[in-house]
Amino acid sequence: MDLSAYQTDGFFDEMFSAPGVVRPHYQKVMERLQSLNLQDFEQKQQAVDLLFLRAGVTFTVYSDNQGTERIFPFDLMPRIIPQGEWEFLERGLKQRIIALNMFLHDIYHDQKILKDGVIPPSYVLSAKHFRREFVGSDVPKDIYIHICGSDLIRDKDGRYLVLEDNGRCPSGVSYVLENRQAMRRAFPNLFPTAGVRPVENYAEKLLKMLRNIAPRGQDNPTVCVLTPGVYNSAYFEHCFLARQMGVEIVEGRDLLVRDFKVYMRTTKGLQQVDVLYRRIDDDFIDPSVFRPDSMLGVPGLVNAVRAGNVALANSIGTGVADDKVMYYFVPKMIKYYLGEDPILDQVETYLASEDKDRQHILANLDKLVVKSANEAGGYGMLMGPWAEKEEIERFRVEIERNPRNFIAQSPISLSRHPTWTPETEQFEGRHIDFRPYILYSGPDDISIIPGGLTRVALKRGSLVVNSSQGGGSKDTWVLYGNE
Amino acid sequence: MLSRVADSLYWLARYTERADNLARLVEVNLQLLLDFKDLDNDKLKEHWDPVIRSTGDEERFYELYDEANSQTVTDFLTFNRENPNSVIGCISAARENARMIRDQISSELWETLNNLYLFLKSNDAKHIWEHSGAYEFYDHIKDHSLRFQGLVAATLPRDECYDFMQFGRFIERADKTTRMLDIKYHILLPSPSDVGGAVDTAQWVALLRAASAYDAYHAQYLANIDPANVAEFLIFSDTFPRSIRYCVTQINARLHNISGCPWGSYSNEPEKLCGKLMSDLIYSNVQDVIGFGMHEWLDQCQERLNEISQATYQTYMFQKPIDLAEEIQQQQQQQQ
Repeated sequence: MDLSAYQTDGFFDEMFSAPGVVRPHYQKVMERLQSLNLQDFEQKQQAVDLLFLRAGVTFTVYSDNQGTERIFPFDLMPRIIPQGEWEFLERGLKQRIIALNMFLHDIYHDQKILKDGVIPPSYVLSAKHFRREFVGSDVPKDIYIHICGSDLIRDKDGRYLVLEDNGRCPSGVSYVLENRQAMRRAFPNLFPTAGVRPVENYAEKLLKMLRNIAPRGQDNPTVCVLTPGVYNSAYFEHCFLARQMGVEIVEGRDLLVRDFKVYMRTTKGLQQVDVLYRRIDDDFIDPSVFRPDSMLGVPGLVNAVRAGNVALANSIGTGVADDKVMYYFVPKMIKYYLGEDPILDQVETYLASEDKDRQHILANLDKLVVKSANEAGGYGMLMGPWAEKEEIERFRVEIERNPRNFIAQSPISLSRHPTWTPETEQFEGRHIDFRPYILYSGPDDISIIPGGLTRVALKRGSLVVNSSQGGGSKDTWVLYGNE
Repeated sequence: MLSRVADSLYWLARYTERADNLARLVEVNLQLLLDFKDLDNDKLKEHWDPVIRSTGDEERFYELYDEANSQTVTDFLTFNRENPNSVIGCISAARENARMIRDQISSELWETLNNLYLFLKSNDAKHIWEHSGAYEFYDHIKDHSLRFQGLVAATLPRDECYDFMQFGRFIERADKTTRMLDIKYHILLPSPSDVGGAVDTAQWVALLRAASAYDAYHAQYLANIDPANVAEFLIFSDTFPRSIRYCVTQINARLHNISGCPWGSYSNEPEKLCGKLMSDLIYSNVQDVIGFGMHEWLDQCQERLNEISQATYQTYMFQKPIDLAEEIQQQQQQQQ
């Protein structure tokens, strides 16, 4: 394979520091690629696609009534992070998750950060996912976010920036493990020499973390994965994790609450459950407390949580930290709770509910990216520089009507990565992001899987990496060394 | 084990077994036609009608097709999604069940089933008929099905999961054996000595082949194909793994494994029903069946197999549906 014609087009490129100049940590992959011809490479790509299809590593698209299953497109060219960069990211992510957990404990207890005027109280109290009925409730070991999947991007100078924190039910970790397995099959000889850190013990660590929060100090707690069911687009992942951990996967209808305890309905009668790794959002988890029309949840689950008879990961009420207005305040949280400067930068953000910021936003709608405070998956977003005039005006009206629901950011020129383009039969630069997975058992017991999910916008020029909108993924290698 | 999971395992096994039986039934009957002379529409109908009847879907068939011939029956029993009991219907349903409980089965098992599903989805009757040929096609299905069974044997721990799967498999297999025999029941009435002729022999050979029993039969009965012997073999053999007796013995063993109750006694309704059926099979012979009326006997046997699976469902899989409104109200009262 020949990459001599590869262009960086002025973007920060993960592999090339300049056209024709490969960064040292990509050297081994480059050598391997050069030894392959086009036919070998395409054969490997096809074999990997077939592998995913056969293994059923798919997500479901409900655009037609058949519920078509698709594979998440996988690009064979790995994204590589050298040791030094990774250590920096680890430090920054740890600092951030500690502060977020302290923030959540604080706002559900004394609310000091509000009383001290660091965050205007109305922002927290008006947040869509703030659960006021949980103020004063304790959670096991004071941990709110056990599993976090913060999204990171790199700007035109290669600076890592946090784009958002996903403290509810971040998904995608199964792809990290499946992608690695696919790469091992496609390039078996490359791994021993490349010095890639393994990711395979994630499930083991996840289980250890879940057992750690079991109530009643149980030695051998019953842990389950709670899923919305087989029709959920991430069902594959729920099953995958349950199988890897060796625990049951349950749906709401398999569970029952009696005397403030949660039981599952088995062939041998009722069996008590101690820990639920729940992949159902707060809104749907208990119809006796939240949305009464939810068919997915378990009536009485919240009673059992309050009574301390079952532990949830993540805890109820973490969604407030995902609010994009709260994101604005995370650097202030770090300073307030830890007395430290943030290690990781984040994207400069304007709050539409602040008069000065709003004026700036409304005057520059065609230059900014506007986001709804509580949407995800690339929805509810205005990409100013690329938007039609009508769309801009629609957002203008919305922002003026409900400023609390919007923030704006300067567009970031996302870093690019050489990515195989079947149409042109060569590698072209495509924009990427990165989601690492963090397991939190306390400030001194945080583990971050050395790797993560690199998503890539497969369409030329596109910045949207979401799987539902033409995104794909890459295996992400964290190296033992720096080259 | 979750009751819902037990139910899925049971259906996963039943549907794969059903698909396997269907594939053999269709293939053997297609082969059989090659031996006929002067095939006309009436003869074709006469040939296929009992086959459709044996699947219990005769009514649905005539809603979907005007006449029974090789192509319509192949389509109906193999590819038509409007027939939930077609091969593709069964494999889709098996796969849906497997998807729900993927954490319970080995990845090899899942991949085999998924491969078969992808293979079926990429084919249709017209293509088979005009290009690749039915023989290779059904062979492929049988291959996957056998691989599936081999993987169940080689990769699953012998626990409750295995017991529920094998329970489902043998219920389905026993049921299918009764239905295959039923295709030929009229020949055994009133007396087996009335039968003869080359076509009949071909039909009985076909029946044995459809049950993969041809070689095993010949190992036991050295003489020619004799209808009463065939019936005896497929009902009463205690060594052939598709005979009704063998299947019921397996069902009994699985039920006792699940409950832990020793053989010779029972701890619940399905064990009681299964024990009775097993003892009837041990303490009767083919003459009793013919005396009773073969068709009636087979019918009753199907009914009893149904009762066993119903009772098993009630004992292990059924959970009273939760009345959400009542549950919500109760839990809200406890909050106050």
